[in-house]
Amino acid sequence: MGIEVVVEGLTKSFGKQNIWQDVTLTLPAGEVSVMLGPSGTGKTVFLKSLIGLLKPERGRVLINGVDMVSSPERDIYETRKVFGLMFQDGALFGSMSLFDNIAFPLREHTRKKESEIRRIVMERVDMVGLLGAEEKLPGEISGGMRKRAGLARALVLDPQIILCDEPDSGLDPVRTAFISQLLIDLNAQIDATMLIVTHNLDIASTVPDNMGMLFRRNLVTFGPREVLLTSEEPVVAQFLSGRREGPIGMSEEKDAATLAMEQLNSPQEYESSPRRIPAQLEPSPGLPARQAVLRRKLRVMAMLDQLPPSARRAIENGMAPTQEATP
Amino acid sequence: MTTEAERNPPAPTPTPPRPPRRPLPGLGAFRQTGRLFALAAAVTRAVFKRPFQLREFIEQFWFIASVTILPAALVSIPFGAVIALQVGSLTQQLGAQSFTGGASVLAVIQQASPLIVALLIAGAGGSAICADLGSRTIREELDAMEVMGVSPVQRLVVPRVLATMFVAVLLNGMVSVVGTLGGYFFNVIMQGGTPGAYLSSFSALAQLPDLYVSEIKALIFGFIAGIVAAYRGLHPRGGPKGVGDAVNQSVVITFLLLFFVNMVLTGIYLQIVPPKGG
Repeated sequence: MGIEVVVEGLTKSFGKQNIWQDVTLTLPAGEVSVMLGPSGTGKTVFLKSLIGLLKPERGRVLINGVDMVSSPERDIYETRKVFGLMFQDGALFGSMSLFDNIAFPLREHTRKKESEIRRIVMERVDMVGLLGAEEKLPGEISGGMRKRAGLARALVLDPQIILCDEPDSGLDPVRTAFISQLLIDLNAQIDATMLIVTHNLDIASTVPDNMGMLFRRNLVTFGPREVLLTSEEPVVAQFLSGRREGPIGMSEEKDAATLAMEQLNSPQEYESSPRRIPAQLEPSPGLPARQAVLRRKLRVMAMLDQLPPSARRAIENGMAPTQEATP
Repeated sequence: MTTEAERNPPAPTPTPPRPPRRPLPGLGAFRQTGRLFALAAAVTRAVFKRPFQLREFIEQFWFIASVTILPAALVSIPFGAVIALQVGSLTQQLGAQSFTGGASVLAVIQQASPLIVALLIAGAGGSAICADLGSRTIREELDAMEVMGVSPVQRLVVPRVLATMFVAVLLNGMVSVVGTLGGYFFNVIMQGGTPGAYLSSFSALAQLPDLYVSEIKALIFGFIAGIVAAYRGLHPRGGPKGVGDAVNQSVVITFLLLFFVNMVLTGIYLQIVPPKGG
């Protein structure tokens, strides 16, 4: 089972520029979470802070009792072995073939025989659909293939926490759908805690159990997917419907004058129609059911009283016809 | 689960931007120096950490040796010759031709040879190391390595620094021999010196500690070249252009450090080892 990731009061700045402040959330063990946010709100920085590549000024990231911000370097290196991080463009080693790239963590951290390494690597290569390309160099394949190879490398040590940085960027809609399904299947198979950073609405609405959103240097909200998907928060509503009217502007945020003008001119019909909540993806046929679903149900039922009414309704509606969702 | 309950993020207050305070001049240099020393300490510690990256070490050793051997040999012949000619002409005016051999050999072994080696290691090997590490850094390869729990310092920097050190020591031996032979050739053939006087003055003035200090210098210079190259390579500023700048800086910084350290080492040596002829 995956490991819980607890983030407390995390604040990160580069020089004078504050990226985000006081981010507090918990990634529940074994569940899939998505962090949304407009471009340039520090989603990737958040991911790199979780794994200890960047050091926030304040706050803690607790994993198995190790604080990835301020623990000794040796503990951090040890803890990183339970992580798998999929970089935005793969971050493969340019001088090695795909096979050697994917085998790298095995060769560094285990004493497995070469035949066994070959078996494990080929299994992962098959999983991400790269069979036949394993002897190519990263420079010889397309961006989408590099991404999938990066995912295979992140998976090779059977991580308990998987972080994905924009798994969809540079992929076509069909491949994005396949990646979504792959991530859900993965969760069903190894029950790892997963955090996906993205601004793709398809992934955001169908894959996760929990969702959060970063905007204006703050975590707007983080909670069960129904909370965010039914949220009336202007930022969230604007982002999820992908329209121009709202607080998000071309450059990070709009000023008050533009916003007021917009409200005068724009029709208010957006607010009236409640958004439909798409069904969550199920694991492919033949795979075990996701254990996280049951755990999450118990957890969400326990906190039901504290949720906003619209989210509560959505959860209650969603509970009964779970069978209905599968075609 | 904790939900960040900030429903309405406050509008950004329009505070007038304060003019950024100018950092104290020279502070940046101190910071860079500190980081350089921190990397040197980290590398020294990581040398003794298992597992040792033998394969990477051999590959790097071979690479650095292959790019430096021929230029080093070609540079050392004329260098030995220049020293022999200069010293020879000077000693002739003073009427001390018989000491030409000893003087030029000492100059070659103690000063010229370690410096030639260091310049070539920094110029040929160090620049390649810096460019390699720099391009890997901007492609996030080193981040990926760290995320997989592998320390780039131990995996990549230690084998490279050890390689530059050992190549420097071996190369120094070769340059000493070639430089001395070049000096002998020019003194005996071109200036009409006598072979016997050359050799006897050599054995009268030179002693084994001269060779030791030469090799120790080469070892230290190799270490400096490797560390500076790795340091600049691990912290390139910006994109591909930053890597080019980093390579440039690494060579310049190494040269500056080398000549300074050489001065210090020579001063210490002259203080603690009594001259043989005196």
